[in-house]
Amino acid sequence: MPDKEEIIETRQVTMHMGPQHPSTHGVLHIILNMQGETIIDIEPDIGYLHRGTEKIAENLLYHQFVPYTDRLDYMSAMSNNLAYVQAVEKLLDIEITERAKYIRVIAAELSRMAGHLLALGAWALDLGAMSILLYAMREREVVLDIFEMLCGARMTLSYMRVGGVRYDFTPQCKEAVERMLDIFPSRFDEYERLLIGNRIWIQRNKGVGVISAEEAISLGLSGPALRASGVKWDIRKDEPYLVYDRFDFDVPTGENGDCFDRYNMRFEEIKQSMRIIKQALQDLPDGPFNVAMPEIVPPPKPDVYKNMEALIHHFKYVSQGFKVPRGEVYSSIEAPKGELGVYIVSDGSEKPYRLKLRVPTFMNLQSVRTMSRGRYLADVIAIISSLDPVFGECDK
Amino acid sequence: MSAAVMNVEDSVLVKKVKEAFRDQILDTVVFRGEVTHLVETAAVRNLCNFLRIDPDLRMNYIVDVVGADYFGENPRFEVVYHLYSIQKKHRIRVKVRVNEGETVPSVTSIWPGANWPEREAYDMFGIVFDGHPNMKRIYMAEDWEGYPLRKDYPLRGYKDRYNPNGVEKEPEGITD
Repeated sequence: MPDKEEIIETRQVTMHMGPQHPSTHGVLHIILNMQGETIIDIEPDIGYLHRGTEKIAENLLYHQFVPYTDRLDYMSAMSNNLAYVQAVEKLLDIEITERAKYIRVIAAELSRMAGHLLALGAWALDLGAMSILLYAMREREVVLDIFEMLCGARMTLSYMRVGGVRYDFTPQCKEAVERMLDIFPSRFDEYERLLIGNRIWIQRNKGVGVISAEEAISLGLSGPALRASGVKWDIRKDEPYLVYDRFDFDVPTGENGDCFDRYNMRFEEIKQSMRIIKQALQDLPDGPFNVAMPEIVPPPKPDVYKNMEALIHHFKYVSQGFKVPRGEVYSSIEAPKGELGVYIVSDGSEKPYRLKLRVPTFMNLQSVRTMSRGRYLADVIAIISSLDPVFGECDK
Repeated sequence: MSAAVMNVEDSVLVKKVKEAFRDQILDTVVFRGEVTHLVETAAVRNLCNFLRIDPDLRMNYIVDVVGADYFGENPRFEVVYHLYSIQKKHRIRVKVRVNEGETVPSVTSIWPGANWPEREAYDMFGIVFDGHPNMKRIYMAEDWEGYPLRKDYPLRGYKDRYNPNGVEKEPEGITD
């Protein structure tokens, strides 16, 4: 072998991938230093989708910012809504109703399924297995239909609000979710066979993009990508929010920390999400789905037309918003991609003084360098897909 | 969870850290069950090292490094470190205050994951981290002027050929 290397002499070249490359999941620009087919160094260049969301937040009322969170990780908007409203509620120090907690769990898990389905589909497409994308999209559609039934929107949901949720979880929604739970397991088995039975899929993922647990932790990796390296850390289990401590579910972990393990994590998490939804549906309590605080949750629209007091509350909510106590909080959730945290500094007014979004994609992308050094160019595609970046979120 | 919140005041997060860095900690706040230590800028690297290594704390995970602009105050900026321990499952917040033109020691040597968030703080606020391996802008274009998240930076940005709706830039040197 050494003789061969002497014969074929290659020069180190710098290559640019993206920002308009179909398998960079949006607008990711990667600068690669290559020696032949081997990667010497790699640097992701982000920011093409930067919209200054944090600056916008400083200039909006607390309740006006919810729709902006939809546009972060637009593949699973519910999780973003949840992270934000939870942080504001922590600052306000209010406890939402039991029913709202269960509805939020169901909504967040549905959006995790939607997010992971697209991640798997796009990943397989990038590696040349087109059919999975079509199947994943079909299943995702079922989830999106439920969202439409729930709040009238499919992608940008703005379903959660400070103090509860916007609409009730109707019996029709419950029926639709139950139907989904009936049909999904057999279909997922089929997809698993389609992928695990695919030699190309296995060879392109197994042993590719390996990252050890220590490296992953020190680089700030979170979510399924961290668990694939064998670190059992899931915020739903370790710092339970909402009512996650009442459900029986497993946190899957991998052993090798390669792309194949990251794929396994996602698939297993979809199944665990279905388990959680099933239990939440069973225990879903009756009662109000909003806190009874008219200054935070305005009265329903029909009342506004008939009742003077309701009209005043509505007007105050829309025109002035609500005041939030002085202080600073950090609140995080386990989003499909990892730890999604919101840090709010309040100066006691109706607008946040500073709002920082700790987005998982941004932190996860840092590890691309460790994962792909010494690998081939084609592996970078698998590695990026395995981190499932969404640039609405990464670039904020 | 409520029991945990009540005990935060005398947990290791408050007591042990305060004991070890008595002179360098300027202020300690417990709010909504979260512990915040405000420390002197010079002590931040030592403190972070201590937080990561100490067997009772083991803050091995860097969650985020955040910049904040308290325009009109002195020192003007704040750098906030959010730390988490995967073994111990607790969180802590460390803050330092800096003025314009001053630098903050980088913690990338302690947690390599601080690399991008520190660059973000530099990009948005102009806070320079001393000892950072790659201190350049991350979101904005390399030749961008100004730091967008500063409070004196207009929401619509400055007017130029790409941004006709921006705010007119005040000519330099004229103050009222």
